[in-house]
Amino acid sequence: MEEQKLSFVGKSFERKDGLIKAEGRAMYAADREFARMLYAAAVRNPRPRIKILGISDEKAKKVPGYVTLVTYKDIKGQNAWPVLDLDYPFLPEKIARFAGETVALVVAETQRAAKKAASLVEIEYEELPNIQDPLEALKPDAPEIGGTTDMKNVYAHFTIQKGDVDKAFEEAAYKVEGTFKTNYQVHGYLETQGSIAIPETDGGVTIHSTTQCPYYVVDGVAAALGITYNKVKVIQTVTGGGFGGKEEVPALVAAHAAICAAKVGRPVKLIYSRKEDFQCMSKRHPGWAHIEYSADKEGHLTGCRVKYVLDAGAYSTITAIVLFRGTVHSTGPYKIPNIDVKTFGAATSKVPCGAFRGFGQPQINFAQESLIDELAEKIGMDPIEFRLKNLLNPGELTATGQKLTSSCGLSELVEAVRKKSGWDKKVNLHEKKGHIAKGIGISTCYYGVGLGAKGRFLDRAGAMVNIYKDGSVGVSVGNAEMGQGALTVFAQIASETLNAPMDLVKTEEVDSSRVPDSGPTVASRGTLMGGNAIIQAASPLRERLFKVALDMLIDKGGTSGKMIAHDGVFEMDGITVSFTDVAKEGWNRRLKMCEEGWYVAPHVSFRLDNGQGDAYVVYSYSADIAEVSVDTQTGVTKVDKIWAAYDVGRIVNPMLATGQAQGGILQGMSWSLFENLQYKNGIMVNPNFTDYVCATTKDKPEYDITFIEKLYDEGPYQAKGMGEVPLIGVAPAVANAIKNACGVRIDSVPLLPEKVWRAIKQKNATKEAK
Amino acid sequence: MNKEEILQADEDGMFTITLSVNGELGQMIVSRNESLVEALRHYGWKGTKKGCDTGDCGSCTVLLNDKPVLGCMMPAVAANGGNITTIEGLGTVRNPHPIQEAFVEAGAVQCGYCIPGMILSTKALLDRNPEPTEAEIRKALDGNLCRCTGYVTQVQAVNIAARKMKALKKKQEKTAAKEAEKAARRVSRKAAKKNK
Repeated sequence: MEEQKLSFVGKSFERKDGLIKAEGRAMYAADREFARMLYAAAVRNPRPRIKILGISDEKAKKVPGYVTLVTYKDIKGQNAWPVLDLDYPFLPEKIARFAGETVALVVAETQRAAKKAASLVEIEYEELPNIQDPLEALKPDAPEIGGTTDMKNVYAHFTIQKGDVDKAFEEAAYKVEGTFKTNYQVHGYLETQGSIAIPETDGGVTIHSTTQCPYYVVDGVAAALGITYNKVKVIQTVTGGGFGGKEEVPALVAAHAAICAAKVGRPVKLIYSRKEDFQCMSKRHPGWAHIEYSADKEGHLTGCRVKYVLDAGAYSTITAIVLFRGTVHSTGPYKIPNIDVKTFGAATSKVPCGAFRGFGQPQINFAQESLIDELAEKIGMDPIEFRLKNLLNPGELTATGQKLTSSCGLSELVEAVRKKSGWDKKVNLHEKKGHIAKGIGISTCYYGVGLGAKGRFLDRAGAMVNIYKDGSVGVSVGNAEMGQGALTVFAQIASETLNAPMDLVKTEEVDSSRVPDSGPTVASRGTLMGGNAIIQAASPLRERLFKVALDMLIDKGGTSGKMIAHDGVFEMDGITVSFTDVAKEGWNRRLKMCEEGWYVAPHVSFRLDNGQGDAYVVYSYSADIAEVSVDTQTGVTKVDKIWAAYDVGRIVNPMLATGQAQGGILQGMSWSLFENLQYKNGIMVNPNFTDYVCATTKDKPEYDITFIEKLYDEGPYQAKGMGEVPLIGVAPAVANAIKNACGVRIDSVPLLPEKVWRAIKQKNATKEAK
Repeated sequence: MNKEEILQADEDGMFTITLSVNGELGQMIVSRNESLVEALRHYGWKGTKKGCDTGDCGSCTVLLNDKPVLGCMMPAVAANGGNITTIEGLGTVRNPHPIQEAFVEAGAVQCGYCIPGMILSTKALLDRNPEPTEAEIRKALDGNLCRCTGYVTQVQAVNIAARKMKALKKKQEKTAAKEAEKAARRVSRKAAKKNK
C-alpha cells in the first residue's frame, strides 16, 4: 500500500456510543423488555460431580407465578453444545460434572418467582468421584472424569519439536529450570451474562444476547432447538465487557433461554446473578508449567524444554485453542534453535475454563519471563541486555519456524521502555526507605494476531456498507463492540475508505441475519478482520463515488483534473463538493450504493505432527517495565508505575488504543497481585466481588504508554491487533520487579503478600544461618 | 414529604412508598426485601445497573438526598420519602450534564456498565468538594469497580468535570448577577418615576 494521507484513521475520535452510555440510555440485555415476557432461573448442581437420580419441582410449583420446569427432556434438538467437541450437554441427563452446572431451569412470571422456585427444585443425586488437581487427572490411576482425546482426562495435547534439545542441554554453559503456577482469573465484566429468547411464528427464535460472538450463539441455539440457521436471528445487545468471557458461554446461556422459550411459547429472559456467573461461566485456566532454558557461554539461548498443563475443568469447551496459543508462544519471543514442548489440557471437576484476554499465554509468559530473568542473573547479564541478545527480530524464526516479517518492533520496544523508565540507573539501585524496598522488572511478549492455525476455518469476516439517499452511511459488521471501541474504529475505517464524515457514519451492533458468519470477536482480530471486510465492502463504493465527485467538480468549473479527497470533502482547483452532495448525486444516477465485503485471512501452514510452520498471520509485540514498592515487613507489593511499549501496527484511534493499553495493564496487575479464586472440596469458596478482590482506583498505577507502529500491509490501514498484548506481560514484569526489590522469586500468581513475606523471611533465615 | 410516617404492608405484604425520582414525585409498590435498584429498574429507571448484589461494584449507585447510596444494599422501603437522582436525572439527551460530557471526552467510557454509578459518585464528590485532589478523587471512586479502563481516564474525567462545572457556575453567577443588576435598575427606575 502506498503512503497516503489519512483523514480519519489515526485520530482520537470520541466513542460513538460514549454519551449514550454516560447518559444511562444504552440498552444492555437486562434492560430490554418484551410483551408477555417470562423469566428463567437455573437450578444448579450443588456438589462437584454427581449422578442425577431425579429432579422434582413439587415444592417449586407452589411459588406464585411458577410456570414450568425445563429439563433435558425438553430439548428438541441435540443435547450437546457444539463448541469444538460435543461433551458438554445443554442440560445433563445422568451426570453433572461440576458444582454450579445448570441441571435444569425454571420459568416463572417474574424474575423473583423464578429464582425462588429454582431454589426449591430438589435434585436427588449420588456423589461420584471427582478430581480437583489437573496433575492428579493426568496420573494413570486417576478416575476417568472427562477428556475428549485418546488420553484419559485430556481435552487437548500439543507438541513442538525442533533441533536436538538433549544435546543443547548437554553442551550448555548455563542451565535453569523452574516450576511456575498461576491461578484462575475471573473476567469480572460488570454486566453479567444474559439472554432473551423470543419465539417467532415460523418456529424460529430471535435472541438478544450479551456476547462477543453472536455466531457462536447461532450455532448453539440452532443445535439446541433442532432448527435451521435461517430461523435463528441473534441480535447483540450493548455488551458490558467481555475480555473473552463472552466468547463461548453466551451460546449456552442463550440456548437455555431458547429451550425455555420454545417450551412455553413466550419470550423468556435469563439474566445471571453475579454468584451464578462466578460459579458456572468460563474463567482463565489455572496454569502449571515446568520450564527449562539452556544458554551458551556468550549468553545465547540454545534450548528450551516446556511441560505446560492447563486446568480445563469439567468440559472441553475451547480449551484446545487456548492451549494451542499457549503452546505456540510457550518458549517466549526468543530465537532458540532447539525446542521440546509438550502441553496438556487436563480435565478436573471444576468450572470449565475458556477464553480470557491473552488466551493461554499469560500463564506461560509468567513462567518463561520469570525464568529468563533467573537465567540472566546466573550468567551475570542485565535482564535487558540478555533479552536484546536473544529477542526475535524481523527475518528470524519463531519456535514453530515461522519467519517474522518487517512488522516486528520488539527490540525497539525494549529500548523504548528502557530509556523512558531510566532502567540503566534504577536496576542496580535496590533503593530501600525504611522497610519499603523499590525494584524494577521487565518482560516481553509476542502475540499471534487472529485465530491462527487451530482456528483457520473460522478466520473470515463479512461487512455490509450502505449509503442512504441522504448521504448517511450504515456499516454492518459481524464483529462485536464489547467496550473496546469497535463501533468507533469500524466507523473510522469506513469513513477513511469512503471519505465520509465520521458523524454521517453509523456502525450497527451485530445482527446475525445482516452479515454472514464472521467468526468470533476474539484473539485481537476485531479490527484486523472486521476492518478489512469493511474496506472490501467500501472500496467499490469509493470508486463509484470518486468518479461522481470528479464529474461534479468538473461541472462546477474544475479544470486540472486533480481531485483531492480529505475529511469528507472533495476538492479541485479550490472548488469543493461535500460527501453528502456526491452521495445524493450517486443516488440520482441510480448507482449501486450498497456493497458487501468478505475478508479471508491468509493461509497459515502450521502442522500439528511436529508443531512447525506458520502458526499465525502476524504478531503484535509488547515490552513492559514495572516499578514496585514492596513492604518487606508485610510482603505487600504496590505497583507504582508501568512503562509499556507496543507494536500493534497502525493505531487507528490513539485514545481508544491507550484505553485498551491501560485497561489491559490494570487487569493484568489485578491478576498478578489480588485476584484469587478458591475452591475447597470442589466447591467455589468466593464467588463474589467481596472476597474475590479486583483492583480499584486506589490501586491504580501510573502508566507510560508508547506505540511503535510497525505497519502490517495486510491489515486495515496497516493495523494489527491490540486487545490482548497489554495484559500478558504484566505479571512477570511485577514478579521480576519484586525479585529486584527484595531478592525473592515468587513462582506463583497471584503474588500475594503472604508469599512475598514468607520468602523474605526464609531468605533472611538462610542468610543468618550462613 | 413526611419521613416519620410508618409504612404498613398491604394484604399481599407489599408496601407503598412515596418518593421523588429525578424530580418526579410518585409512588412505588415494593416488597419488604426488594432493593432500591430492583424497584427503580422495575419502574423503568433502567440506567441504574446491577453488577454484583453484594455492595461491592458500585454499578447501582444512585443519589438519595444528594448522597451516594448503593441501590443493591438499600431496601426500597428505606428510600420512602426521599429524593432520588439516577443517571437519567443528570441532564438531558440534548443537554448532557458536564460530568457526562467529561467522561466521554476523557475516554473514560468503554463498555459503559459502571459509568452511571461512577458518574453519580462523581456528582456527589463535586457537589461537596468542587476542586478535589487526585487522592480525593481516587478515594471517592474507590467503591466503583471498572474492569475495562485503567482508572486513569476516570480521574481525568473528574478533573475535566470539575473545571467544566466551575466555569458553568461562574457563568451562572455572572448571569444571575447581571439579572440582579437589571432588576435593581428596574426598581430604582420605578422608584425614580414614582418620586417624580
